Amino acid sequence: MIPGVSIYELLTVTSLLFFIGVYGFVTRKNLISILISVELILNAAVINFVVINKYLYPDMLQGAVFGIFIIAVAAAETALAVAIIINLYRQISSVEVEEIETMKH
Amino acid sequence: MMYPYVLLIPLIPLAVFLLLGLFNQKIKPEVSGYIGVGGLLISTILAAITAFEYFITTGKVDGAYEPYVFKTVWMHFSETLHIDMGYLLDPISVMMLIVVSVVSLMVHIYSRGYMKGDQGYTKFFAFLSLFSFSMYGLVLATNLFQIYIFWELVGVSSYLLIGYYYTKESAVAAAKKAFIVTRFADLGFLIGILIIGYYTGTYDFEMLTDPEGSAILSWATTSFMGLSVLTWGLILIFIGGAGKSAMFPLHIWLPDAMEGPTPVSALIHAATMVVAGIYLVARLFPMYYFVEDGFALQVVAYVGAFSALFAALIAITQNDIKRVLAYSTMSQLGYMMLGLGVSGYEGAEGLGYMASMFHLFTHAMFKALLFLCAGSVIHAVHSNYLKDMGSLRKYMPVTHITFLVAALAISGIPPFSGFFSKDEILVAAFEQNKLIYVVGVVVAALTAFYMFRIYFGIFWGKTPGYEKTPHESPTSMTVPLIILALLSAGAGFIPFSEYVTADRMGFEAHLNYPLALIASAVGIIGIAAAWIFYKKENPLPDRMANSLGKLYIWTYHKFYIDEIYLFVTKKILFKRISGPFAKFDKKYVDGTMVGIGNSTVSTSEKIKGIQSGKVQDYALAFIAGAVILGILFIYLWK
Repeated sequence: MIPGVSIYELLTVTSLLFFIGVYGFVTRKNLISILISVELILNAAVINFVVINKYLYPDMLQGAVFGIFIIAVAAAETALAVAIIINLYRQISSVEVEEIETMKH
Repeated sequence: MMYPYVLLIPLIPLAVFLLLGLFNQKIKPEVSGYIGVGGLLISTILAAITAFEYFITTGKVDGAYEPYVFKTVWMHFSETLHIDMGYLLDPISVMMLIVVSVVSLMVHIYSRGYMKGDQGYTKFFAFLSLFSFSMYGLVLATNLFQIYIFWELVGVSSYLLIGYYYTKESAVAAAKKAFIVTRFADLGFLIGILIIGYYTGTYDFEMLTDPEGSAILSWATTSFMGLSVLTWGLILIFIGGAGKSAMFPLHIWLPDAMEGPTPVSALIHAATMVVAGIYLVARLFPMYYFVEDGFALQVVAYVGAFSALFAALIAITQNDIKRVLAYSTMSQLGYMMLGLGVSGYEGAEGLGYMASMFHLFTHAMFKALLFLCAGSVIHAVHSNYLKDMGSLRKYMPVTHITFLVAALAISGIPPFSGFFSKDEILVAAFEQNKLIYVVGVVVAALTAFYMFRIYFGIFWGKTPGYEKTPHESPTSMTVPLIILALLSAGAGFIPFSEYVTADRMGFEAHLNYPLALIASAVGIIGIAAAWIFYKKENPLPDRMANSLGKLYIWTYHKFYIDEIYLFVTKKILFKRISGPFAKFDKKYVDGTMVGIGNSTVSTSEKIKGIQSGKVQDYALAFIAGAVILGILFIYLWK
């Protein structure tokens, strides 16, 4: 709990973070940028968990534990995504999302 | 366990079958022949020991041969309903053990010579062993389900062996025909088993055949369409037996089954498997006799008598010697059924039962011998047809003499074995039913006639131009012939009525001299007629055939039974019933399923353009959907 900062302000920050992430995910053309946007979305969710835990249920720990859990999963997911991107780059020498559509229908 | 080794009798052929079947390619043909013969020899010795112990050492207890049963629960459904496996020793099963063992052993030895050089030599012996195993199991069965299981197993082995020359189209067709016809009859058998099991509450032979038991005494309590339910069950079981024993009108498979190798015809389609139907009726004989005062037994008697006459008539006109023998088998099986049908139960009244079993025994010997002789002849001249044979007595003395012995035995000429058994059947028929007796006498005359027709045709008469001079078969083939000839000649002197009777008590049978005189007289008349017609080539047979006109043509074409079957199945069943069903199935049942599949495919064809392959389009759609759902949840979920 941060003195002088209410839950509303914090939730506003996480919402902003979340929508920035969504905007980036939809508009960016570079796969790395898309990956970073996904990270923003995830981190917004993590902050939400922690904030709600701290402000509404201060005696409990579930929110914080879940936050750590998401960080771990996000790290694994990033590693996987980067591995895929590297392999894609080796195949088609590009990380532009427009060019990756060979799997359609 | 009093007879522990009885279990080995069926298990040894099973082991031989597995050994030869699994290592088909690795075993040398000569070795596999020895393994097959050796296995069966052990079984035969054990069967002989069993018979000796059962009839002589143990003997009668309180004036009757007690059945001995060993069984374990095989499939357990509930306390009262379970299927047992085990063995049942009583006079008829011990007698059948001897019949199956002796004939099977002779056929095994014979096959070593007959099948020499054949591609599937090892496979042949494997199948023969499988058959022996199944037949032993059938004979020793303790309950209706066990007998049904082995009943189907002998059907399978018969199918495999008829279709042994599987490159020949006619053999494949014959195998299928035999299997389908007997399977069709077995449907009746199965329903009969279920009916009897449901209404009596047991499948066990001991409980079913106890004349004072609840199964038999309760027959009057239930009725269906004017007859006791048990009578219906017994008639259905008899249909199964009629299918296996080639009774009219389910006989059509037996003549075609001659496509198999000749030793197989001798073993399966003359001596052992085809008597399974007679054995089944004999096994349930107290039920047949006591339920509804023997109504089902009357059916057995008339079907048997008709089949005997019908087959004997056809046998006269056939030119393929194996087919003559096949119809002769059918005729003799009819004789046995007839014998059972006119039998009583107690003491000397059970003459028909005893005579039928006696005839089963003697017939197994002389008919197996006839087939093996025919095999020997076919081996020499490479043809099944009478027109290619003649004067073979000069070339094949052993086959000639043994065939003559068998032919005299089947014609009922004293003192050969067939005389005694046939005479006793006729005596039983004379006492019970004069019509059946007359049919029996006519069949006896016809039997002698057609048997000596082929005897003279093969061994006397003209000499066709043989390409190679025929020669006597090798020792491995003639030894079984000689052994079986001795048995055929002497088996009549066994005091059968002491051992095998309906109530297991035994009685003393006497020859009824006037009737015996009639029986042997008609036999001699038949032989004399054949002598006149066929001893030397002459125009008499043709003139006779012409003067008989239509009748001759009808019998020559086997009374068109096959054609009737074809008409019924092809023109009526397939076209009028199965055809529309198939059409309905294709159009509506299949059509619905295919339609569902097709519409799925066409729908997906139409909507697959939506998938652009661009990840961000999908993400946008996903986010839009999530937002819409969110709005719905927040504002509409009240």
